[in-house]
Amino acid sequence: MTAFFNDHGVPYDLAWLLSTVIGILLIALPVMLAVAMLIYADRKIWAAMALRRGPNVVGPFGLLQSFADGLKVMLQETIVPSAANKALFLIAPIITFTVALMAWAVVPFQVGVVLANINVGLLYILAISSLGVYGIVLAGWASNSKYPFYSAIRASAQMISYEVSIGFILITVVLWAGSFNLTTIVESQKGYYGFLNGNGFNPLLFPMAIMFLISAMAETARAPFDLTEAESELVAGYQTEYSSMAFALYWLGEYANVILMCALNAILFWGGYLPPFDWAPLYMVPGILWLFAKILFFFFVFSWVKATVPRYRYDQLMRLGWKIFLPTSLLFVFLVSGFLMLTRYGGAQ
Amino acid sequence: MIHVVAFYLFATLVVCSGALTILSRNPVHSVLWLILAFFNAAGLMILLGAEFIAMLLVIVYVGAVAVLFLFVVMMLDIDFAELRAGFVDYLPFGLLIALVLLAEIVLGIGIWSAGPIELAQRAGPVNPELTNIQAIGALLYTRYIFLFEAAGIVLLVAMIGAIVLTHRARGGVRPQNIAKQNRRRPQDAVRNVNQPVGQGVEL
Repeated sequence: MTAFFNDHGVPYDLAWLLSTVIGILLIALPVMLAVAMLIYADRKIWAAMALRRGPNVVGPFGLLQSFADGLKVMLQETIVPSAANKALFLIAPIITFTVALMAWAVVPFQVGVVLANINVGLLYILAISSLGVYGIVLAGWASNSKYPFYSAIRASAQMISYEVSIGFILITVVLWAGSFNLTTIVESQKGYYGFLNGNGFNPLLFPMAIMFLISAMAETARAPFDLTEAESELVAGYQTEYSSMAFALYWLGEYANVILMCALNAILFWGGYLPPFDWAPLYMVPGILWLFAKILFFFFVFSWVKATVPRYRYDQLMRLGWKIFLPTSLLFVFLVSGFLMLTRYGGAQ
Repeated sequence: MIHVVAFYLFATLVVCSGALTILSRNPVHSVLWLILAFFNAAGLMILLGAEFIAMLLVIVYVGAVAVLFLFVVMMLDIDFAELRAGFVDYLPFGLLIALVLLAEIVLGIGIWSAGPIELAQRAGPVNPELTNIQAIGALLYTRYIFLFEAAGIVLLVAMIGAIVLTHRARGGVRPQNIAKQNRRRPQDAVRNVNQPVGQGVEL
């Protein structure tokens, strides 16, 4: 796009700036729209599994429910508790929301269709997702209230625990692809057994795909790992003192994070924008549609789990993270690197 | 042009947030300024072309170390009056440290202006085709493999030491045995009794 503006007589610096800003808007606005629609989808799926109707009043089939909620929230009064640390209290939801959008910069939607095609794409995502915890911790502390504070403490311990195993899981994928660049990782998944696309079909990486899905749920604090907002224990967790737009930002940020994690599942293990089968006619369908189909599938899995699995107790959560996921993912780092040493890199010398 | 703007932006922010880390009264604010300083330092690294180091700085320091700092500092019962009270007591000590640092800076500038010194020769010619990560890996796992693994062992020993020091066996706890729970079947736990009316059950 920089070249397009450059050809039309815009100087290079300005053209670059313009195309980057347009690129950011082209990603951020659809993500927000997708968040609104997926909140509706989540409620519908959840309702269907509980044999309820779900939202069905606003618009046809209740499709406009999320927008009505958004409008309502915008018109409400922002209440800041008098004992709260005002600046941090207001910055915290902004951090959550911004961080959730930032990570999309390196997600490849098709060959070459990516805002920033950087060498360290996966590390960038890891770095950004490790920031998500600040929004919650700061909210908990700045609210100056007991339940949010408990929630903040839980959140920081939980996210650090699962980030460790997520790191190891990502390393197995990086070892297999030989690169941190997300486009290269997607391209490296072509042609398993001659006709399948996706690391998930690799017997060494399939267990990692399952563990990544579960860790992603823990990392985004979705059910069954939503200890940070366990309503039976902590009222609404870190959001207890929030109202109106600040509350909505948490809501948006949480769902944007969920979509991102679904996209990462698709990109790292199930071929991203590649069709599931390595068969020429399937490549006629634009890659972005394959990516969306995979994201929607994983989102359905997320809602399915939310509707059916009871919440973990805190010690069970920690046990799963440290005693099961960490050793297993370490073992697979060992297995994958050993296998690659034997086959791809010429064996023991 | 944009590089110059970015450099001065990042550099100014590093210095300012570093200063505010020390100056702010509230320890939580200090940690947050420190995090901002880390971030902008990562930005400077990217300007140098060291994107791998920049990402590691954010992942390790911002994502893990600073979270732990914040975790500890958040729990403090902050008494602002007490924080101010210590100022005069610590003043001489602070001045001493300031003098030492000043001397070091003067010495450093003196040495630097005396002429260039080759502190370290490049270990090997770096192939410009390689990415950051490949270049670092190629060096770390060949030339510095012993130091690298030794550092790993030291960290492992430190970790085990920390666990040994803080771990104490507590009596009287009944931890959940998940394997045992999963092995349990309905017939082990439930018994159907066809009980005549008006009589108790013999357990």
